[in-house]
Amino acid sequence: MADNKATTAKKPPPTMDVFLKGLWKENPVFVMLLGMCPVLAVTNSVTNAIAMGLASTFVLFMSSTIVSLVRSFIPKQVRIASFILIIATFVTVVEYLIQAISIDLHKALGAFISLIVVNCMILGRSEAFASKNNVGKSMLDALGMGFGFTIACFSLGLVREVLGAGTIAGFQVLPDSFEPWSVMVLPGGAFFVLGGWLLLFNWLDERKKAKAL
Amino acid sequence: MNTASPLQIFLDACLINNFVLAMFLGICPFLGVSDKTDKAVRMGAAVTFVMLVSSICAFGIHKALVAINAPYLHLISYIVVIASAVQLVEMFIKKFSPALFRALGIFLPLITTNCAILGVALFQTNRQYDFFQSLSFAIGAGAGFTLALLFMSGLRERLELADVSSVVKGAALTLMIAGVLSMAFMGFAGMGK
Repeated sequence: MADNKATTAKKPPPTMDVFLKGLWKENPVFVMLLGMCPVLAVTNSVTNAIAMGLASTFVLFMSSTIVSLVRSFIPKQVRIASFILIIATFVTVVEYLIQAISIDLHKALGAFISLIVVNCMILGRSEAFASKNNVGKSMLDALGMGFGFTIACFSLGLVREVLGAGTIAGFQVLPDSFEPWSVMVLPGGAFFVLGGWLLLFNWLDERKKAKAL
Repeated sequence: MNTASPLQIFLDACLINNFVLAMFLGICPFLGVSDKTDKAVRMGAAVTFVMLVSSICAFGIHKALVAINAPYLHLISYIVVIASAVQLVEMFIKKFSPALFRALGIFLPLITTNCAILGVALFQTNRQYDFFQSLSFAIGAGAGFTLALLFMSGLRERLELADVSSVVKGAALTLMIAGVLSMAFMGFAGMGK
């Protein structure tokens, strides 16, 4: 799966590049190490991971759009504060939205929905991209980064749920004889799995470099 | 109303549910500034101070917002308070220790987006702590954060000298160590119940 994405990202038109770089080349979690807290905290099951990914994507998309729209009106000195206020507004919206859709999900994610405000990925993109580019580009960038983030959450959630409970999104995939690795759903497991993914990407990177020489 | 004693809350926030290693709050500075022990301690102190200030403010804000019946303003007002508190600490450090100011670099303003601090404000509201419980929660959380940072920086200083493969070096290795540390802290689970 990983290799496929690298090859498709090679020859896109320039505007698509803005979208695709978030998925792979500048993946917010695996490459830039941004927004690690929610990635580690709520990825003990696939459902939670995807919900968190989509919620963050929504907030990122909306706030990037607004930031990019009002970027010329905001004085430079107070820009960070203004960005945070915009983000906090949309996080409040998302929080009530999730509560309306599924109380269970709201309980499972808990305070981490509110904590999307302080996801450094979102502020980072507002500051580094949306405040310098036009609306269309910022939207694409936000979507790319958001999906990259969702993919990262999903890949962590997948490993942790399959190994920790033998299920995917609640459906059993491993035989009963499989003894669940309970460490995977505990905090320590999150660090190990993310460390493992980074290891894999480092290794792929090194191999690519070695081939190029 | 929550009836836990302040000491219980302190131990819970500091060791049992350590903010960094069990709740995954404040991972960015944990990975970012944990390369030198003295830097880690000062970062921990700065974060603890901001936590304390924002916890006190959050307590007042919560009371005010409940009085005017506007719960949807919680998040927005908390983050504004935190941002101002960070600004205060930043000015303070810049004036009294320019060297530390340079050493912490970008991570100082980034305390604003440190989830541990907003986490303190949100959790104390969710759990309905009273004023002194909130204080001990903030201090416990700060102590736990500093402790985690201190352990990590100690380990990383030793690792500098170790001979590891270039594939493992960097964030991957740091995360693996964090995993081991987190498992060690799980030993506290069940304490104080």
